[in-house]
Amino acid sequence: MRKIRTYKDVTHDTGSGLFEQVVDQQHRLADRLAHVRAVVAVASGKGGVGKSAITANLAAALASRGLAVGAADADLNGPSLGRMLGVSRAQLVDGPSGVAPALSPSGVRVMSMELLQEEEDAPLRWREPEMGGFIWQSTLETGVLREFLGDVEWGELDVLLVDVPPGTDKIRRLLELVPDLDQMLLVTIPSETARFVVAKSVRMAREAAVRTVALVSNMVGHTCPECGHVSDLFTGDGGTRLEDESGVPVWAEIPFDQQFGAATDSGIPLVITDPDARSCRAILALADRVEERLGIQARDAVETAGS
Amino acid sequence: MKFLCVECDKVMDFAERQIPGDGTLAAVFTCGSCDREIAMLTNPMETQLISSLGVKIGGREVPAQPMELARTSLEGGRDDAFVLSEDIPLARGESALASGEAATPGAGTSTGRVVWTSEATSRLERVPNFVRGMVKRIYTDWAREKGVSEITPESMDRARAELGLEGM
Repeated sequence: MRKIRTYKDVTHDTGSGLFEQVVDQQHRLADRLAHVRAVVAVASGKGGVGKSAITANLAAALASRGLAVGAADADLNGPSLGRMLGVSRAQLVDGPSGVAPALSPSGVRVMSMELLQEEEDAPLRWREPEMGGFIWQSTLETGVLREFLGDVEWGELDVLLVDVPPGTDKIRRLLELVPDLDQMLLVTIPSETARFVVAKSVRMAREAAVRTVALVSNMVGHTCPECGHVSDLFTGDGGTRLEDESGVPVWAEIPFDQQFGAATDSGIPLVITDPDARSCRAILALADRVEERLGIQARDAVETAGS
Repeated sequence: MKFLCVECDKVMDFAERQIPGDGTLAAVFTCGSCDREIAMLTNPMETQLISSLGVKIGGREVPAQPMELARTSLEGGRDDAFVLSEDIPLARGESALASGEAATPGAGTSTGRVVWTSEATSRLERVPNFVRGMVKRIYTDWAREKGVSEITPESMDRARAELGLEGM
């Protein structure tokens, strides 16, 4: 049998230009992110744990301290960050070097698939062959996420928060694009099922050597608005047990708060309108941890101190 | 992806790219040693996989545009999602000042003035607004590069042919 050389054995370039184009894409992304001090993923692996609401409130909290904050909605199929930050129908300014993000009333620069879709109730569809989506869809969506990160004129940012949809594959997708992620906040709830799923994400983050990994335990207890009694919504102790088992610290325990959800639905994060609410105090404490670990200060403050 | 001429044990060189229809992508490769030619034909799903990477076999005639993949691939794109920076001069000026750049239209490329005839504008208006800004910029940049001061339907055809703008 004839011996055919391997791909790597054959070093001669075909002239098809594919490799150069992929490298160019990587450079564009790297050049854009070079102006971002820290990229922080808000992920879970589990759905329905409140990642987007936490991302929106955390972004607004950090922006309220004078930090330059961006929020990229990596959930292309179920985008909600635009709505939660009050920029649902905002227009994007189309310039030669990039697309300017929407600016939320709380001062957060936002990019979300929601801003690109005409019909609110339209599921995400691509204008491509109806069959065989399993072959190309993931590749296309990774490419679009790359554009959200690399083709948006984020400007000089202190923090870019990325709201990652459920599924560890989506975390991997982000890590392929941004391998040197600064922080990954893994949101869980105190249920055994959530612990089971989020543990997989913890492992993935560790294997990817993400610099800082922390847990955010959401929906921890519910305060009755009538009598003030605090009761548990779940029987498990997901966040605490996961912390014990994995050694990944819980940075915040956020109580279930009806107003937190209602405000987020309205497009004005509660952390802006009622920072003293228990849920918002937890978000502000989380913002402290994020800031402290990143060692960042507002750009204006740094520039003033240095001048 | 590489094609090896087994007989010559040489990597074949890319020669030509065509989109003959039916979602087929044809890429022709030639052996520099024996001149043998082969054409790689992809089915629509394979063609889509390649375009989903945001690349073009044979290289790009036009640099990748911001959010090109999203704009050219999304079904049901919002008609007023984008507003051209040159259509909002104040915002553009502020943005440029904020980033410390000179607020010069067309900065970074040739800055020659390009006029669109009414016929060319009408034709451009048939392009969905979701991608119109991107398409307009491609034609305008081409005109500047070629020293064309007026864009007409004929020059649009020329640009399309030269730049390989399928579907634009």
